[in-house]
Amino acid sequence: MSQLLLDVNGLTMQFGGLVAVNKVNLTVKNRQIVSVIGPNGAGKTTVFNCLSGFYIPTAGSVMFKGKEIAGMKDFQISRQGLVRTFQHVRLFSNMTVIENMLVAQHRHLNTGLLAGLFKTPSYRRLEQEAMDRAIFWLKEVDLLDSANRESGNLSYGQQRRLEIARCMVTQPELLMLDEPAAGLNPNETKELDELIIKLRDEHEISILLIEHDMGLVMGISDHIYVIAQGTPLADGNADDIKNNPDVIKAYLGES
Amino acid sequence: MGKLYNAIFSAGVAFVLACLMIGVKLNTDGTTLQVTGASTEQWAWIIGGIALVFFSQIFADQIDTAFGKIPKPTVSHFLPEGDKMAQLKPWLMAGVFVCMVIWPFMVSRGSVDLATLALIYIMLGLGLNIVVGLAGLLDLGYVAFYAVGAYTYALLSQYFDMSFWICLPISAGMAALFGFILGFPVLRLRGDYLAIVTLGFGEIIRILLNNWTAVTGGPNGISGIDKPALFGLEFTRRSKDGATLFHEYFGIDYSSSYKVIFLYLIAVVLVAFVIFVINRLMRMPIGRAWEALREDEIACRSLGLNRTAIKLSAFTIGASTAGFAGSFFAARQGFISPESFTFIESAIILAIVVLGGMGSQIGVILAAIIMTILPELAREFSEYRMLLFGLTMVLMMRWRPQGLVPMKRPVLELK
Ligand SMILES: Nc1ncnc2c1ncn2[C@@H]1O[C@H](COP(=O)(O)OP(=O)(O)OP(=O)(O)O)[C@@H](O)[C@H]1O
Ligand SMILES: [Mg+2]
Repeated sequence: MSQLLLDVNGLTMQFGGLVAVNKVNLTVKNRQIVSVIGPNGAGKTTVFNCLSGFYIPTAGSVMFKGKEIAGMKDFQISRQGLVRTFQHVRLFSNMTVIENMLVAQHRHLNTGLLAGLFKTPSYRRLEQEAMDRAIFWLKEVDLLDSANRESGNLSYGQQRRLEIARCMVTQPELLMLDEPAAGLNPNETKELDELIIKLRDEHEISILLIEHDMGLVMGISDHIYVIAQGTPLADGNADDIKNNPDVIKAYLGES
Repeated sequence: MGKLYNAIFSAGVAFVLACLMIGVKLNTDGTTLQVTGASTEQWAWIIGGIALVFFSQIFADQIDTAFGKIPKPTVSHFLPEGDKMAQLKPWLMAGVFVCMVIWPFMVSRGSVDLATLALIYIMLGLGLNIVVGLAGLLDLGYVAFYAVGAYTYALLSQYFDMSFWICLPISAGMAALFGFILGFPVLRLRGDYLAIVTLGFGEIIRILLNNWTAVTGGPNGISGIDKPALFGLEFTRRSKDGATLFHEYFGIDYSSSYKVIFLYLIAVVLVAFVIFVINRLMRMPIGRAWEALREDEIACRSLGLNRTAIKLSAFTIGASTAGFAGSFFAARQGFISPESFTFIESAIILAIVVLGGMGSQIGVILAAIIMTILPELAREFSEYRMLLFGLTMVLMMRWRPQGLVPMKRPVLELK
């Protein structure tokens, strides 16, 4: 039990009469890449929204590090070490890259009013540490050269990488990526592939991934969950999923 | 055809409104009401106005293109390049400050007094700029915090004989407390609700001050509020309770302009202080968080930023600035009543922020000066003040919605 980082049981999300997510179970262990796949509108993003506190699930439990987080506020959940990216990139586009990285570390900084006005030593030290962490992660995603650029002016691939770096700088234990490869060219997808593996192997975090790029998913996932129309369809490793007739049917449509 | 219809409709609305507001007057004659028509001259004005509405609607497109042709003033043309600017800035600031300090000794008392008023509005504008411009929260009842500050000093001074300098931070704190209490439940709401609730709050405070006669004196207000003293030296002609007087201490003749100049200098120092604090705030984590929250609230939440706390901080700091300005206002006037804190005051402060350019400090300062000095210069037009005011706002929105001097955020750069 203790080795489960995330343990989701019977997660259900209802919007009026529409059941967008129906009794989904999901587990993520430490240092694992877990993928959630499914056709468009299957409810994948809704699962993320429930896990990250943007929606309060209608039913079910979400245990993160052995603690119930369903019903907690979004910002409290992310402070526990569970952060996410968005299907459509959400950067602070009028701010520079480095400023994006500092905003993400808001709660690690000394936000006291007087400390900031008088630039106390503790304020300076925390500010410097945050800066160092930001530089470290910008280097990891190869964006250090663009540190002073306005983030809205970056190329799409760079924006995607910045969003990941901005999550990483909050020092999470579980990173949830919502279609990180959408809109990337094959080259950029390959780099993303390497980055995700590096996050698991070197930085020892777990990743929960939503992705339509089957090549990417099958290549890197330790475990894959398939949902269709909000309902769990199958789960297993890449080979299980590839050969599962239900999955093939769901993807190719009934016929 | 649509245009003609539009023009007729607008002219019709203008006609109805003008008839109701200017065309007929109600006079009480003994116990009965009498309706009197407007004079011929006024009718001429009304018809002129309606014609103006009619033709401006018909020629809307041409007017638009004409406006488009007017070159937009760019301040940056007159300023040196970025690097040089950064070097020059401290000197420039020091120069401005010195000029501000020397200036009152060379001009008339009236000018100094007016400048003091402008400085109060600068303070208010800068304070509201934090809330509206930096944090993106529409506050329509900002004057309430101004009133809280003013009354805090007035009451403390009257009942407990406390000095201005002690009351200044207390007033700011009091206004901040009110901001906190109001903001705590309200800031969870969406933007439009916030505007309505703050609007209501502004009125509640004014009505409370008006009706709590036992403490606040009701509509009669509070008079005889002590003026600030300089290290215990008072600026009055005769000492009330044996306190040392400024002119006696320095062995000079009494002149009331010392007091005016002293008040002005206090205002300069207060404004400098407010500018310093806001400048630091914008570079601090909290300032960055305000900006981030304005840009993408959802991303902020996903990164562990507590949006209520961040908005609340902006709201509270803005309120405390108004409290600051309020207590100084009470000290300068020596008399306050609820009359000084009506909704129109909130509207003027908001106009200063919008006119100046949301978030832009220089812009807000400029706009505050314009908004206080222009009405004084154009006394003859005082009847049309609100009209001109509205016209300026419409033209600004049409022509330069980003304000006189658009905001430029201090950008943090990695060396
Ligand atoms: N806030 C909401 N209110 C009502 N219905 C919603 C809401 N959010 C999602 N839904 C519905 O839930 C279903 C699942 O949507 P979701 O965005 O989770 O799909 P998805 O699997 O992420 O699809 P895609 O691959 O296209 O991103 C859809 O039918 C959607 O219309
Ligand atoms: Mg989705």
